[in-house]
Amino acid sequence: MSEALLEIKDLVVEYHTDEDDVHALNGITLSLDKGETLGLVGETGAGKTTTALSIMRLLPKRIGEVKGGEIRFEGQDLLARTEAEMRLIRGESISMIFQDPMTSLNPVIRVGDQILEALKLHRPDMSRAEQAKKVDEMLEMVGIPAARKREYPHQFSGGMKQRVVIAIALALEPRLLIADEPTTALDVTIQAQVLQMMNDLKTKLDTSMLLITHDLGVVSQTCDKVAVMYAGEVVEYGRAEDIFLGSRHHPYTEGLFGSLPGLNASAKRLSPIDGLMPDPTALPEGCRFHPRCPHCTERCRAEAPAQYLRNGHMIRCHRMEEEVR
Amino acid sequence: MKTKQTYKKRSQFSAVWRRLKKNKLAMLGLVILTAMILIAVCADLLADYDTAVIGQNMAERLQGPSGSHWFGTDQFGRDVLARIIHGSRLSLSLSIIAMTVAVAIGSCIGAVAGYYGGRVDDVLMRLMDILLAIPPMLMSISIVAALGQSMVNLLIALAIAYVPVFARVIRSTILSIKGQEFVEAARACGTGNARIILRHIIPNAIGPIIVEATLTMGAAILIISSLSFMGLGIQPPAPEWGTMLYEGRDVIRNDPYLVIFPGAAIALAVMSLNLLGDGLRDALDPRLKN
Repeated sequence: MSEALLEIKDLVVEYHTDEDDVHALNGITLSLDKGETLGLVGETGAGKTTTALSIMRLLPKRIGEVKGGEIRFEGQDLLARTEAEMRLIRGESISMIFQDPMTSLNPVIRVGDQILEALKLHRPDMSRAEQAKKVDEMLEMVGIPAARKREYPHQFSGGMKQRVVIAIALALEPRLLIADEPTTALDVTIQAQVLQMMNDLKTKLDTSMLLITHDLGVVSQTCDKVAVMYAGEVVEYGRAEDIFLGSRHHPYTEGLFGSLPGLNASAKRLSPIDGLMPDPTALPEGCRFHPRCPHCTERCRAEAPAQYLRNGHMIRCHRMEEEVR
Repeated sequence: MKTKQTYKKRSQFSAVWRRLKKNKLAMLGLVILTAMILIAVCADLLADYDTAVIGQNMAERLQGPSGSHWFGTDQFGRDVLARIIHGSRLSLSLSIIAMTVAVAIGSCIGAVAGYYGGRVDDVLMRLMDILLAIPPMLMSISIVAALGQSMVNLLIALAIAYVPVFARVIRSTILSIKGQEFVEAARACGTGNARIILRHIIPNAIGPIIVEATLTMGAAILIISSLSFMGLGIQPPAPEWGTMLYEGRDVIRNDPYLVIFPGAAIALAVMSLNLLGDGLRDALDPRLKN
């Protein structure tokens, strides 16, 4: 286990609003080894972004609160770091790509300067010339001519902007890259390019990646491990082969696959999961998924299922009990 | 082979300038303002301060506009045109300084209040509200009256009167900017709060700041003149426009030109700044882009 780059244990996060406490994360456990890509899959509101923000310690002040658990990065507990220490870690060791490239670049600063900004912050000992060279290098690396560094974000297309964002995130060669739905805002044709590029760069720079997405296609292409999240819990966790090819699944994962249109499938209609995500201010008793589960039993309504682990493939469902035994 | 590509380059500034040029009234304001600034800068070349502006010449008192004195002369035989020209120095420089001070302090307060929010915001903005509750004019009068008449006190009065206005404008702009993703992205890069405010947020708020500054400058000229008219601002014999109005008031029946010309100068200066401010607001508003 000493190999693990990032370990999250029983992380509980709540958002406090005036009326309610929102249970965003209810004890999630994840681990990510060096050089691996972990896919975090789930519906909107499952807690994927909250997980990412917790790692960065960027939960909204006064509203978001980590109630319990720990986040270990290279063995050190991130939750115990001071704000000043976290600033050194952000960008330097862990960096993040946000969902919408249209808004995650500052509109009044030249793109080259935005990459430079990260270098200035974390590599003050580098000379100006070296920094400038690195900026050119990063731009070329993501496939943008270095001559365009003097342009403003509005002069770039969405895909190009996301490349710039990736260049910024990777400029300091972080050990962990958190990508929060990096391709959701892009065209399908650009999505593949950007993913391919991220994968190449990740291998080249020996970076681990936490990929947040709700697109299972993206996961199948890029991830080594997958965690399926539902209502602030990891309901299924395993290697990509387990999730995509394995025979046993959490009913929610089955539902996710059922909602995917397949090119070869002969089915005329998709089989979506009925219902909606539970209200995170009032989560259901027992198994969180039981109101939508086709296999729901009395036990599911009353008792939260344990995590059943076999060969590193974890499923949180009562139905797995006898199989594991 | 790599083909050389040319990209269309258009900076933010040139785009704003292009839109501003289309606005005839704003351009008129800009032209008048530029002319006034030029006149103020070259005032010593156009009229000698000691002889024409404050030097009295009783032989030529109260002469109407003529070829030798275009705007006529006042009770002390001083050339009104020369006094207006030198008066532009006072009005423009004082209003620019007051505006700069108000922008600097107001932006800081507004930025801190807007960015940090919570209790900091509450305390700062309630303080600003207290100041805002008093009209700028009344505020300036009371401050000058309390501190005594001097140019510095006049500046302090103006700055205090306009700081809360700027603080409000900047705070609301910053509230809308700080929620944007690039601020969060900057934070995720390890950028500190001060740097985020100065480098990422304020540059994005520059549009409203410029507009408000231009309009405030016009208002400041008006207040300086009003205070001088009431004897609380610039003291005679200095050629302040408001002071000139005050001096001309006694002879307004027979020699109205003594108040018309300084009054016109005030009106022109304020109008040009307002026209320019309105034009800038339109030009900087991205929603009105072509």
